Amino acid sequence: MKEKVQNIVKKFHNDRSRLMDILLDIQKDFNCIPDEAASIVATLLNMSKVDVNQTISFYHFFSKEPVGTYAVYLNNSAVACMMGREEVARAFEEEVGTSFNSVTEDGLIGLWDTSDIGMNDQEPAAIINGIVFTNLTPTRVKEIVIGFREGKDISEMVDKYGDGQNSNELIRSMVNNNIRKKGPVLFSEYEVGMAIRNVANYSPEQTIEIIKNSNIRGRGGAGFPAGLKWEFCCKSGGEEIYLVCNADEGEPGTFKERVILTELPMLLFEGMIIAGYALNAKEGILYLRYEYKYIKDYLEDVLQQLRNLNLLGNNIAGKGGFNFDIRIQLGAGAYVCGEESGLIESMEGKRGEPRNRPPFPVQKGYKNMPTVINNVETLSSVVKIILNSPEWFKAMGTKESAGTKLLSISGDCKHPGIYEIEWGMTINEMLEMVGASSVQAVQVGGPSGVCIDPSQFARSISFEDLPTGGAMIVIGENRDLLKEFVMNYTDFFIEESCGSCGPCRSLTVILRNKLQKIMDGKGVKADIDELYEWGNYMKQVNRCGLGQTAANPILTTIENFRPLYDSLIKTDDDFVSTFNMEKAVADSCKYVGRVPKL
Amino acid sequence: MSKPVIATATLAGCFGCHMSLLDIDERILELIELVEFNKSPINDIKTFTKQCDIGLIEGGCSNSENIEVLKDFRKNCKILVSLGECAIMGGLPAMRNGIPIRECLEEAYITGPTVRMNTKKILPNDDELPMMLDKVYPCHEIVKIDYFLPGCPPTADLIWNALLALVTGDELKLPYEVVKFD
Ligand SMILES: Cc1cc2nc3c(=O)[nH]c(=O)nc-3n(C[C@H](O)[C@H](O)[C@H](O)COP(=O)(O)O)c2cc1C
Ligand code: SF4
Ligand code: SF4
Repeated sequence: MKEKVQNIVKKFHNDRSRLMDILLDIQKDFNCIPDEAASIVATLLNMSKVDVNQTISFYHFFSKEPVGTYAVYLNNSAVACMMGREEVARAFEEEVGTSFNSVTEDGLIGLWDTSDIGMNDQEPAAIINGIVFTNLTPTRVKEIVIGFREGKDISEMVDKYGDGQNSNELIRSMVNNNIRKKGPVLFSEYEVGMAIRNVANYSPEQTIEIIKNSNIRGRGGAGFPAGLKWEFCCKSGGEEIYLVCNADEGEPGTFKERVILTELPMLLFEGMIIAGYALNAKEGILYLRYEYKYIKDYLEDVLQQLRNLNLLGNNIAGKGGFNFDIRIQLGAGAYVCGEESGLIESMEGKRGEPRNRPPFPVQKGYKNMPTVINNVETLSSVVKIILNSPEWFKAMGTKESAGTKLLSISGDCKHPGIYEIEWGMTINEMLEMVGASSVQAVQVGGPSGVCIDPSQFARSISFEDLPTGGAMIVIGENRDLLKEFVMNYTDFFIEESCGSCGPCRSLTVILRNKLQKIMDGKGVKADIDELYEWGNYMKQVNRCGLGQTAANPILTTIENFRPLYDSLIKTDDDFVSTFNMEKAVADSCKYVGRVPKL
Repeated sequence: MSKPVIATATLAGCFGCHMSLLDIDERILELIELVEFNKSPINDIKTFTKQCDIGLIEGGCSNSENIEVLKDFRKNCKILVSLGECAIMGGLPAMRNGIPIRECLEEAYITGPTVRMNTKKILPNDDELPMMLDKVYPCHEIVKIDYFLPGCPPTADLIWNALLALVTGDELKLPYEVVKFD
């Protein structure tokens, strides 16, 4: 073991900040990160073992115990459940003979729950040994498990490839793109490299000016103006500046970046190169969520093609001093690493716990240097702004929301998939576009966004009205909104909280239990009031966006679906206890050997 | 008008909250002027002899007796206050909540390093003993609690200010120092 681990550490130049990569390799080679390996890593990197262990324990796809020769990670997000995830899970349990979150005795198969994997348009889906299996059914599960028992190579089990580049020999995935609507910005034809050659004729300041003039705002959710962010970063005056592209795409319901990375990686990388030029950065990093590891080799190849074209590397496009390269950093399964400062911590090899701000990443980011973090879609759009003009871009969309937006639409609709729309489209128009009828609610922007009712379907998708990072989940009439969505999403936040802030760590659980109490018919009116009051409190007392929005599923449904809650309140009493003495003493009495006296 | 009546109890707590109550020092003389004590470990009155105005509860509920006492307090007190972390959240005793009851009992009575005399490995099972609950419950999950005084223990000043406010009807004074815990 020692030699193997030593080689891995050496491969990353004994560099502590590459701990993520080191652990990813060890996990891959040993099917877990054995305690002994953690000790060796700690010694070689001159770190305390506790520090190594705390990084290991933070990420979902690192494990100290073997996760199974075949490790099945089955998505448990709301839309997966809508599409039959539970039947698939039961089928796995039956065929495999072990329950979820455990490994068979012979160590052959492990079954694990996992948060959204970015496949909402083709659920139920699972990641098995890094390979994505979509549209699972109980019958398919049987075949897959037989394959495990026969010792088949996992890639042999992919029976057909998806459309577009999904069948590329470096991807070979059954994932489908489901591109339903191509818009004028991201999906328009263009000539590779032209935008880069264009900016090489401008100064970095001029480039920033163009982006500022386009009014493009961040597509990752927060909507900060991209040009302004770049300008702030340049003014921070660090020795080095880093550009990071956020491809963590962890918000349940979004999968647009999966498609950009598959079909338009050149466009994205060109955007990064342009940003790199504007910022005078030498290094760009693409932070790719572990769930999209299956695209990594292909992306590496695209980077190599760009280097061959002299669009990446030194003296780009023949311009002396225009040096910029890109590396890909894999995550290891943590939603909070999509939060920009958590992402930086993760890139430095640490637990992905968000930092206190200020200082903001543009002041002190990666390795304490000024860092710009932009979303995949933001950076991809930049290329077309350069190729056309800021005016061209601004002419689309609304006043405060220029350009187009890629929506990931899933749930109860005929055509789930990717749609590039102009900002300003109404929810009604959107529902018509995707073939949805009898809609009870739309979850705009994923769990951290808002859940709206039909009376609001005339509202428009825009920063001024209904902002969204792109996740749109259509919820049909027959769904149990509280159980299938609000509860599922609250559980998601509980699972994904990094645990630094007390309220985010604990109040989420308290809110969940209160919601369960109400759903069990044991709630009183005061419980609804408390859910609302305490949920609002979450916005003020947590460090990052995760905790600040973790109560949104509860808050926005209380606001927009109050009768649902009221109908569950069965009593006028001001207090109802859920305590059950018989249940509570059963175990202890049984164990000491006495008959409960009730 | 007769004086307001106070009762106090300690459930799964360490008596630290009661100690903190006594920490009001000489103000205890003032308190005696203001209120009358009924059932409480402070005066050793064991059963309620009349309806009370305020009940102070220290500790959460770890066994069946705690539940009974708490329910009895709810019946006999107009206002019920959770005093301290254990009453509010379960506190230290709730550390056992993640551990199977079997392991807790084994550790306490059979395998623990301080278990010497229990050579027959007996687990207490007399019918007279309270029954252990599956976990430690905060008081407000069992009965309605009207007020919560945080702290481990709440400072004497916080308890004093709160009692004064309840008795006089004046607004509760909560200066920063009184509710600052780190
Ligand atoms: C919990 C949490 C998760 C996030 N996840 C992502 C993500 O997956 N992708 C992303 O681009 N932004 C995500 N963000 C927003 C980022 O912090 C950041 O605002 C964004 O990457 C900036 O890029 P933009 O300005 O181009 O949108 C997340 C924020 C929070 C609070
Ligand atoms: S709000 Fe939650 S996720 Fe964010 S830093 Fe605090 S504990 Fe971590
Ligand atoms: S809150 Fe603290 S002082 Fe009070 S009973 Fe609990 S442990 Fe003791």
